[in-house]
Amino acid sequence: MTPTAARRTLHSPPVPASPFPFHPGSLLSVDHLTLADVSQILARATELEIEDPVARALILAKRRVALLFYESSTRTRTSFELAAKSLGVDTTLVSSLSSSIEKGESLKDTGLTLRALGAEAIILRHPNSGSAWLLEESTRLPVLNAGDGMHQHPTQALLDLRTILAHFDPLTKLCHPERAERVEGPAFPAPAIEQVDEHTLAGVTVTIVGDILHSRVARSNMLLLPRLGARVLLCGPPALLPETAAQAGPGIEIERNFDAALQQSTAVMMLRIQAERLAGLALDLEQYMAAYQLTGQRLAAHAPRALVMHPGPIIRGLEVTAGVADGPQSAILEQVHHGVAIRMAVVERALAASENGGRA
Amino acid sequence: MTALTIRGGKLVDPAAGIDALKDILLRDGRVAEIAAPGKLKSANGAESLDATGLVVSPGLIDIHVHLREPGQAYKETIATGTAAAAAGGFTAVAAMPNTVPVNDSPEVTRWMQAPERGASIRVFPIAAATRGSKGEMLNDYAALKSAGAVAVTDDGHPILKDNIMRETLAAAARVGLSVIQHAEDTRMTQGASMNLGPVSFRMGLRGMAPEAESSLVERDIRLLAELRDARAHLHVAHTSTAAAIAAVRQARRNGLRVTCEVTPHHFLLTDEHVAGYRTNAKMNPPLRAASDRDAMIEALLDGVVDAIATDHAPHATHEKEVEFERAPNGITGLETALGLSLRWLHREWKMPLGRVLSLLSAQPAALLGLKGRGTLTVGSYADVVVFDPKAEWIYRAVDTKSKSRNTPFDGFAMQGKVRWTISEGRIAYTSE
Repeated sequence: MTPTAARRTLHSPPVPASPFPFHPGSLLSVDHLTLADVSQILARATELEIEDPVARALILAKRRVALLFYESSTRTRTSFELAAKSLGVDTTLVSSLSSSIEKGESLKDTGLTLRALGAEAIILRHPNSGSAWLLEESTRLPVLNAGDGMHQHPTQALLDLRTILAHFDPLTKLCHPERAERVEGPAFPAPAIEQVDEHTLAGVTVTIVGDILHSRVARSNMLLLPRLGARVLLCGPPALLPETAAQAGPGIEIERNFDAALQQSTAVMMLRIQAERLAGLALDLEQYMAAYQLTGQRLAAHAPRALVMHPGPIIRGLEVTAGVADGPQSAILEQVHHGVAIRMAVVERALAASENGGRA
Repeated sequence: MTALTIRGGKLVDPAAGIDALKDILLRDGRVAEIAAPGKLKSANGAESLDATGLVVSPGLIDIHVHLREPGQAYKETIATGTAAAAAGGFTAVAAMPNTVPVNDSPEVTRWMQAPERGASIRVFPIAAATRGSKGEMLNDYAALKSAGAVAVTDDGHPILKDNIMRETLAAAARVGLSVIQHAEDTRMTQGASMNLGPVSFRMGLRGMAPEAESSLVERDIRLLAELRDARAHLHVAHTSTAAAIAAVRQARRNGLRVTCEVTPHHFLLTDEHVAGYRTNAKMNPPLRAASDRDAMIEALLDGVVDAIATDHAPHATHEKEVEFERAPNGITGLETALGLSLRWLHREWKMPLGRVLSLLSAQPAALLGLKGRGTLTVGSYADVVVFDPKAEWIYRAVDTKSKSRNTPFDGFAMQGKVRWTISEGRIAYTSE
């Protein structure tokens, strides 16, 4: 850039300040969370997890939350629903396949209808990136983004963080997968670390492997974990991992050689190839598996101590072998488990903020 | 028809090389006399406008607008679109053919110009290059031209087939019409809704590569060069990438008749303005990276760009209040072009006032061969804008004269406020 051009960039119309989130209880993107927010959510997740179930069910008794799902989901939907119900919340599920959405009702009108029915917060999953922004702007209700297109899935990043912290030894800067094998106490213990800062994960390398381009889980993690000091390595073929991904934020690097990436990994997140979003992209699966499938042999050779993660759904035999998915380094089911605690905390945060009137 | 004088203003007519205090007499829709202040000879009894402290210049000409009529009157009509144009200081607009039905016939071309449409200013239809803008069969350009069409284009449906584009350039050259191309290789932009780059990756939106624009510009220039017909004229619509500008610059050095326009949003905003999934920052071509935006500014300053055009593209509120990827492309622009150009091109980036006005009047008129417009020499059409060049104000979308409010410039600071817009001798707009 020439000096004059650089000067012009400085003297051009500024980007208007984003009004989002309109509501302090909303969780649209990990970008909107301060590290203090993250610490508070982690701490509250553990408190709610160990709370007596009967007492817990009184915390938000008879409050109303709508789950609005435009895409299929097993984990996220059930997890949010169980989380909300365990706090005493009345939930209702609206899915695109059994509602007026099929008749052409817009997202705005659907949201306004749910609000008129008494919903105090909406949990949204939607195939279009940014749809949670539209819903929040339309309803001014707290909106919890449960996955918007290829963009964000913030509660997944938080539960992944909780999973990593549960295995993390701040002295050795390693994750110890074997902790999940404890005989006594809960099968999936809560992390000892709840207060996080910009150095908490210094020295940690988290590798995300596979279909990065179409993954909201990858985007959420790559934008959250480096803020705690972690280095994020992205690994995948150019068709699924464009070079621009490294510019998404600080602390993100690309390593296309899977074995080299594994050798540096404290934790490795495997991703599913999102066939529904490939949009005509032809992919040689055999070639892909040869280069990027996580096999027992590969894991033993290059990352025998790394924590193996996967947001699900897993396609066994494609991105991971069954042996790795069920193996001792796998934290896949533990991630699912941590989702409930995290979602209890964010549902409570959403409704607590609306009780105080919010900013709306 | 009555006469009208404009007294005490500073006449800035770049095509005539005038930048001085002048009184001006308009009669029968034409400029009748220009004289030093107080020296008009034949103004007896004419109504007079006091332009003291104001700039008097040729009415602005926008060669790229979508007026939505026929067929989409809920977005805009020719009456409302031209009212917005007049409020923005425009006295002529060239209307794109992507109406319903597509303007690919002399009938629609004439219908758009009929007095019943209620236009406040002159409307010049641009006809479709091919039947239904499907890129297959050429229209009858001679018939379209005699019906009033000033150029041909398939605007939002760029002509991709080499042979069709070659024939279009050749056939248009034979009747003396310009070919306008919306340069986008749509095979490269399927499902994309913003500029391709780090911002689109971060936002989880599929992006349009800058190469989708520049590769088609390069292809069109190659076809034009092969044609070897000096009459052939290619005009590149809403240029948005450094690479496309570079291709136009090179073609001109090679002596080819290639022109281009740039919109205010492409010389002001970047893809960062899409943040928050603002559908009013969604258009095609999309807002680009800062380096491309800076290239537009450089190109305006160094003279490669021939015109500022708005690509005024109204859409109803309910059409824009949807998921970003499902929202239609386009923003309004007629009321903000002058205020933004003066605020940024003139004040911030020091382009002389005469050059800004030339890009908004004389040059676009010359580009489309609009005779007697874009200048105020005696005998020209009495198309005039009178504005206060110093006035600073804030644009409010709710105050628009357009039927639609889809602008990214709501709340933006403007410089230069239109006092009167005069179209062929009639006052088309007066500020309150």
